[in-house]
Amino acid sequence: MAVDRQRYYQGIKQTIFFLIILVSFTPLLGMMAVMGYEFHTAYREKTLAYLEQLVEKQAQGIDSFLEEKLADIQVLAAVLSYRELSSDAGLQKVLQTLQEQHTGVFVDLGLVDSDGLQEAYAGSFKLGRANYAQAPWFIQASRQPAFISDVFLGLRGLPHFIVAVRGRSENRTWLLRSTIDFVAFNLLVEKIRMGSTGRAFIINREGEFQTQALDDLSDAVPLILNTMWPGSTKSGSPDVEGSRNLVAMRDGQRPRQAAVVRTFTGSDPARGEKVIYVAALLKGGDWALVYQQNEADAFANLYRARNISILVLLLGGVAILAMAILLSRRMVRRISSGDQEKEMMNEKVIEAGKLASLGELAAGIAHEINNPVAIMVEESGWIGDLLEESEFADSENVREIKRALSQIRTQGKRCKQITHKLLSFARKTDPVEKHLDVNALITEVIELSEQHARFSNVKFNLDLAPGLPAVLASPSEMQQVVLNLINNAIDAIDQKEGGVVGLTTRIEGNEVVVDISDTGSGIPEANLKRVFDPFFTTKPVGKGTGLGLSIVYGIIKKLNGRITVQSAVGVGTTFHLHLPATGGERKVPENGAGTETGL
Amino acid sequence: MAKARVLLVDDEEPFVATMQKRMAKRDLAVEGAHSGRDALAALDRGAFDVVILDVKMPGMDGIETLREIKARHPLVEVIMLTGHATVQSAIDGMKLGAFDYLMKPSELEEILAKVNEAVAKKSGHEQKIAEARAKNIVLRRGD
Repeated sequence: MAVDRQRYYQGIKQTIFFLIILVSFTPLLGMMAVMGYEFHTAYREKTLAYLEQLVEKQAQGIDSFLEEKLADIQVLAAVLSYRELSSDAGLQKVLQTLQEQHTGVFVDLGLVDSDGLQEAYAGSFKLGRANYAQAPWFIQASRQPAFISDVFLGLRGLPHFIVAVRGRSENRTWLLRSTIDFVAFNLLVEKIRMGSTGRAFIINREGEFQTQALDDLSDAVPLILNTMWPGSTKSGSPDVEGSRNLVAMRDGQRPRQAAVVRTFTGSDPARGEKVIYVAALLKGGDWALVYQQNEADAFANLYRARNISILVLLLGGVAILAMAILLSRRMVRRISSGDQEKEMMNEKVIEAGKLASLGELAAGIAHEINNPVAIMVEESGWIGDLLEESEFADSENVREIKRALSQIRTQGKRCKQITHKLLSFARKTDPVEKHLDVNALITEVIELSEQHARFSNVKFNLDLAPGLPAVLASPSEMQQVVLNLINNAIDAIDQKEGGVVGLTTRIEGNEVVVDISDTGSGIPEANLKRVFDPFFTTKPVGKGTGLGLSIVYGIIKKLNGRITVQSAVGVGTTFHLHLPATGGERKVPENGAGTETGL
Repeated sequence: MAKARVLLVDDEEPFVATMQKRMAKRDLAVEGAHSGRDALAALDRGAFDVVILDVKMPGMDGIETLREIKARHPLVEVIMLTGHATVQSAIDGMKLGAFDYLMKPSELEEILAKVNEAVAKKSGHEQKIAEARAKNIVLRRGD
């Protein structure tokens, strides 16, 4: 039974717990998921868009840098005569002018004839009459009106690239070439730096770095090549495309087709991190400006926000969990205490019902017994009447019969008393309720009991609080209550030793409390619970009916009052009557209980 | 004074029989009836001073019988004999004109005392009525 109940409450607790968890977590997680996804996507797109824009701009910047340099050389080739260009001194003058205009970008100038021989040179490398006939740039440049080479080490063993323009004058074809300072060019790209891992570089179609080589990125080169130049193999002919673009450029139509910007991700095998690449083609598609950044770095804010929300979720989850445990436990405690109360109420109701049905039974029995008892008593009376006739001499037997008859009458009276008490115990209505002054009523009952008390060697000790509020009750019933309790108190006191019966009245909140105490034998613990049960008595057979206290109990209950008992064996017993005071009415009407007498 | 004529009504026949004997021995003219109908029939047949009426009877109960008696024979005094110790049934009886009530089982002496009171009251009433009649006659004569 107890185990069953335990399991039942455990079940309720679990149900409540899981419901709370479900109801709290479902929307929380749902929201987290949706918002997280949306935010993630939006933030990512925005970041990537920004990066793409940045890369595109930088690519354009680099493109225009290259175009400018090329344009400068083109201007020189167009404006200056062969004569001016073919002498070292002349070139030196031009170079000086250029360097003044463009701080250190143009490193040197050279005039190369159609066979690859450098006819004139100005610059710091003292290359003199170098032969470029076999140099790849020369082979390519001689086929095009203008040319920008990839970065290469060249004769000097230093990374550089060449801008060359084909010129024609006095029936000869020549190339005006200039070396562009690699360091200056590198700066353009290197200044693109973001976060801790964001950096940029330029790579050409062959996968060669056109800027400071970044060795740790060599693994990513195939991916970049595949993405930026799909389908083109290393053996392809990049020069064709390049030349087309440059031709267009020379015609004044700058190749400003929507710059090809691609975003893709790869992984960095060395560190196992995801890497974002944003790449844009430049130099007419020959080169690609690649910006690369670790994803964790690029989306640092996003990841921080994600971490914070996960932390919040965790903390919230823990809080919800704790709440769910606490709440379910408290709810179950409430429920179980409610159940207990209900059970106690049930018990009380059953008790009351028992008492009521017992009362009805008693009343029925009393009523049915009354008639036969009456007949018996009358018949014995009739016998008595007949015995009075003169024909019965006053013999021993007649006297004995008369004694027997009087005994029958006595016992008949006793029966009558019992049945009357039973009936009054069972009676349900007493319509005459009045505003009673409890003090007056007690004083009056004391007067009635004075004789009985003196006989039992008992003194009364009265402590009546003045100005008690009135109590609405039937005077006769209240008298019965007080009289019963006083009689019990007197009976509890040993006749030889004597004792004191105390009566106190007081106000307690909304109640008038009457305490009736005695210094008698006390009631054993085991009997204390049963004192209000009908027919429960400890008095010798024939002395008590066991109905006194149950009648008292019934009357007090009817008044919506309470009666409690305290007792200690050998010390005495106290009965407490709690009677509801009539609302706010402190005055006792003149015709209160004081004038009512008789039970 | 003539014997007081008493009608004892109770459904318990042995009770009625014994009471009848005992009251007759005490110089009362007692008749018995075992139901409300019997009682009314007896009252119609002959004159009675007092009716001792049990409240609880099968068929026509005491209160009903009392109402009927008071309607037909207003001068007859009725003493209710009640098994219920409730004040209520007694008060009901008194309201309907019963002289008094006694609780069952009662001592014969109590019953006799009550009967005597009732008879006294009834004869008082009758005397007043007689005097009133006499006055009426005197007044008429004075006309």
